[in-house]
Amino acid sequence: MREIASSILILAVTMNFLALGSSNLKACIRAAALQGFFVSVFPLFFSPEPTARLVGLVIVAGVVKAFVIPGMLIRALREVHIQHEMEPYLGLVPSVLLLAVGTGAAALFAGRLPLMSSHRDLLVVPVALATLFAGFLLLTTRRKAISQVTGYLILENGIFVFAQLLHEAMPTLVEVGVLLDLLVGIFVMGIVMNHIQREFGSLDTDRLSELRD
Amino acid sequence: MVLLGLILMPLVAALVAAVTPSARVRPLIVAGTALLHLAGALTVRSGDSMFGGWFLADALGRLILLVVSVLFTLCALYGVGYLRVRKERSNLVFCVCLLTFLSMTTAITLAQHLAVVWVAVEGATLSTAVLIYFNHNARSLEAAWKYLMIGSVGIALALLGSLFVAYAALHGASGDESLLFSALLEHGTALSRPWLRAGFVLLVVGYGTKMGLAPMHTWKPDAYGEAPGIIGALLAGGMTNCAFLALLRVYRVMQAAGEGAFARELFLGFGLLSMAVAAAFMAGQRDFKRMLAYSSVEHMGILVIGIGVGGIAIVGALLHVINNALTKVVLFLSAGNIHRAYGSKSIDKVSGALRRVPVSGALFLAGFLAITGSPPFGPFISEFTILSGAMSGRHFVVAALFLIFLVVIFIGMGATVLAVVQGPVSPAGDTTDFRDTFWRVAPMLAALTMVLVMGIWIPDGVYGMVLAAAKMLEGAS
Repeated sequence: MREIASSILILAVTMNFLALGSSNLKACIRAAALQGFFVSVFPLFFSPEPTARLVGLVIVAGVVKAFVIPGMLIRALREVHIQHEMEPYLGLVPSVLLLAVGTGAAALFAGRLPLMSSHRDLLVVPVALATLFAGFLLLTTRRKAISQVTGYLILENGIFVFAQLLHEAMPTLVEVGVLLDLLVGIFVMGIVMNHIQREFGSLDTDRLSELRD
Repeated sequence: MVLLGLILMPLVAALVAAVTPSARVRPLIVAGTALLHLAGALTVRSGDSMFGGWFLADALGRLILLVVSVLFTLCALYGVGYLRVRKERSNLVFCVCLLTFLSMTTAITLAQHLAVVWVAVEGATLSTAVLIYFNHNARSLEAAWKYLMIGSVGIALALLGSLFVAYAALHGASGDESLLFSALLEHGTALSRPWLRAGFVLLVVGYGTKMGLAPMHTWKPDAYGEAPGIIGALLAGGMTNCAFLALLRVYRVMQAAGEGAFARELFLGFGLLSMAVAAAFMAGQRDFKRMLAYSSVEHMGILVIGIGVGGIAIVGALLHVINNALTKVVLFLSAGNIHRAYGSKSIDKVSGALRRVPVSGALFLAGFLAITGSPPFGPFISEFTILSGAMSGRHFVVAALFLIFLVVIFIGMGATVLAVVQGPVSPAGDTTDFRDTFWRVAPMLAALTMVLVMGIWIPDGVYGMVLAAAKMLEGAS
């Protein structure tokens, strides 16, 4: 079981590189969706004895992270007819390189944090931090609102992975925290995206640059 | 009972406002709820609790609760007149979100559980994002989008920080996995220090984003610049102080774990950086509402410096929470009035506010003098207390930088404020028929009076509350 859990985490980290490295927005959202699927099923293999409650969390998280939100984003994409992330603030190659460096740094930093014996042989902390970093990179280096929301989705995936360490001890906290944040955050962002599109006729946040000093 | 009422009543009022068809009645519901809330908040005693201690009014929470309640009441009373001017826009969503904001901020002040604090901060953030977008134009949309993106990342980092602290408790193997602050304080030294430290850094970045500490302040100028003045006042005096309270609660856990020195250094670093950024951007600022945003960055810096210095400066910082909130009411509401009177918030188009809207202009000037620490206003006392705390704690570099930044900010802010209020009335002043009326200035006059009282003679009740709250923050290490 543990080996499967580790492989799933490694698959989740690969999705970071796919999301950051693809110029096609749809591919980026798909990578995030696939990652959402991986991190959602991860608890099944991580937990020693899956309870009904855990299965419930897996199903809800999986549906939201892998289907509902990516589906919303792809629909938004279709409506505004954009296919590519043209000219991100940071080129695709540099951002992938930066992610590689960040993933390494995450592994180093995670090594400095003491873990409980039952968590030691797993990659949870480095994967969580690396995914967080990937989400942050997408959020800050892309122009399109949809890319930024995808970045937020990936950032939340990272937090979700880390939260599994706590799921046995504090199940309610983890479930409520992660899902509420994700749902509400993306919901409101969806509304604002809608307004951006109506106001500017595009989802390019570069148009949102009137306010500066 | 009172605590539950304080949190639920605004939500019920929000529902009532949502089904009220009359645009004239809704602001009155907000104002009435605010007055009831204030009356309720005044009856809260330290030690009142509910839900097995998940919500509890301690000295610290009670202080912030009263600040938020007074601030909200003043803004709600102003809002009645303000929304009458803004008839062109539906105020339905605005009123509902205002009341939700009141409920959420109340919950933050009373919550004694790490996760509950986080949920309430999230709720308050989302309701304010909608409020910032009130004007429904391209500029306010941009401001709301930035606020939402930066705020969401901040709130996500705060969640991760909370999870780290939870893991610190789990790893500490204290056998008690409660995230109630009382439990965390009790197990202080048993908490795993590396996790606690990492969690604290994340929480400072996360809640620091909500407070608007530099360098996480970038949403602030846009949000304060584009949102109505009343929202600016609520953010600068309410939201930011609630985020500060969340940080203080975690700071106590750090102290209990023997990591107080680490936390204080972090506070000093962020505080000085915030003041430096404010000083740099305040100079030559042509938009007077954005200028107020940088002033808010500055004062959040002052608050964390006060905690970072420790000793008597803690009392100064808590007094400053009150003074800053009240003065921000004066500044943001008068700036809003001037903005309405001229239809512009750039000093290129606005001058002679003392002639065009005499009361608002005078209040804007008085607010500027107060916030920059001129006697006899309250901020003078609180800033002076922080400064003397820094001197007596032998933080001479901090004290010197603190003074230099204050002087630079005084000059930078003064240039903009004087350009707005002095001189002949610019042509833009003739384009609107906005006038000072009783309800548009009375809340500000009340706030200014309180700031003045806080500077001359701090009422015993207020001082006692501040001392009790400060006592909670004075740890052994």
